[in-house]
Amino acid sequence: MPRPEVVFRTSAIIIRRYEYGEADRLLTLFTPDQGKIRVIAKGVRKPTAKMAGHLELYSKVNLLIRRGRDLHRIEQAEQVQPYQPQRESLIWFGYAAYLVELLDRFSEDEEPNPPLFGLLDIALNWLSAPDSDYALVARYYELRLLRLTGFEPSLFRCAVGQEEIEAQAQYFSPLDGGVVCPDHVRGHAAIPLSLNALKILRYAQTRDFDKVRALQISAPMHHLLERIMHSYIAHLLETRLKSADFLHLIERFREAPQIPPSP
Amino acid sequence: MSKAIPDSVTRLIEAFSRLPGIGPKTASRLTYFLLRAPEDVSTTLAGAISELKSKTRLCKVCFNITEEEVCGLCRDERRDAKLIAVVEEPLDVLAIERAGIYNGRYHVLHGVLNPREGIFAENLKIKELVERVRSEAITELILSTNPGMEGDATATYIKDELSRAGVTVKITRLARGLPTGADLEHADAATVMRALEGRQNL
Repeated sequence: MPRPEVVFRTSAIIIRRYEYGEADRLLTLFTPDQGKIRVIAKGVRKPTAKMAGHLELYSKVNLLIRRGRDLHRIEQAEQVQPYQPQRESLIWFGYAAYLVELLDRFSEDEEPNPPLFGLLDIALNWLSAPDSDYALVARYYELRLLRLTGFEPSLFRCAVGQEEIEAQAQYFSPLDGGVVCPDHVRGHAAIPLSLNALKILRYAQTRDFDKVRALQISAPMHHLLERIMHSYIAHLLETRLKSADFLHLIERFREAPQIPPSP
Repeated sequence: MSKAIPDSVTRLIEAFSRLPGIGPKTASRLTYFLLRAPEDVSTTLAGAISELKSKTRLCKVCFNITEEEVCGLCRDERRDAKLIAVVEEPLDVLAIERAGIYNGRYHVLHGVLNPREGIFAENLKIKELVERVRSEAITELILSTNPGMEGDATATYIKDELSRAGVTVKITRLARGLPTGADLEHADAATVMRALEGRQNL
């Protein structure tokens, strides 16, 4: 006996979309209470579709969804937060794609994780604020996402010896899942980690977002932090993220920004 | 185990299922329709399909689908060769042609940037476009990628790429706003914003 159809309301961030059939789109949504769900938006590629403009990628929407046996279907859509900065920016697009791909890779279908939704919301908002440090948003987001999904890197104890890490230069080992002290470091995959870099990572892992956003980070430091986080994430996922490759490509073109000295 | 469906039938059903928008049910229905239909329906279809790939290629100037080396639109002397409309797909050329007022030429990118699916600039005909603008006397480039995240990002990328290459050319983007037949009350904020920005004197 078929289940009776149910209509429900939810807030959602659109994380992926494909064209489907004549004029439809399949969307992957991230919702607070149902996690990642897949839905169909019928007819939205026609010019006069009412919902079309409300279902933009990487935006927050309020939806009315009809639960179907195979596919849920969007009945109504209203955009609540487009996130985008006023000026079209390629680098923004690259970073938004990266944040969202990370979430997609680290979450399972229909597995609720309200704090993760909150995190993505904060990160996309922050990314769209004027003069925001995109790379810092990404580092903060990565560390928090890893915590919320159970892959938090160990930054306060040696990932091998388990003893408390001293305030000095260390190593970061993607393989061992965190910071490794000079006594326990082994293999060649470990990345030398300056004391400053360790401090920034710990700060971003434990402090609130409004504290973290005040950090001023130099370009070389950003490169190191990115290398550390990307190698750790690539190790966990056993693959490189396509959007991370895309970011590397477009960042090469960006003029060197004016960055104040490191903390 | 005996099979309810012969192999040749299964093969066609599977082939149909790989087409966009066609599920297993529709694929079976199409296959059984062809089984019952007169012979010439399936031979015409088979002939058309096999010629589709063998006879067509991409125009070496604009990358539209054509049967010649250079497509009819690019060879048409009456069209304005200084004007290029940049579109995502060959079908978009038809959409602009349907409007009946565009008299320039085209450039088909064959997609848009999509980091998540691994579609980067090198997978699109962007390098070829820059080269074309550099070597031909182009006065205006009308970026006609679809309005939306990927289409806008691709347009921005092309603009940046041209300025990096040191090519100066007038670059425009198709107007966007309220479509004919739409209701203002249902419009999203971005669309209304664009419509206000692009308002015109009566």
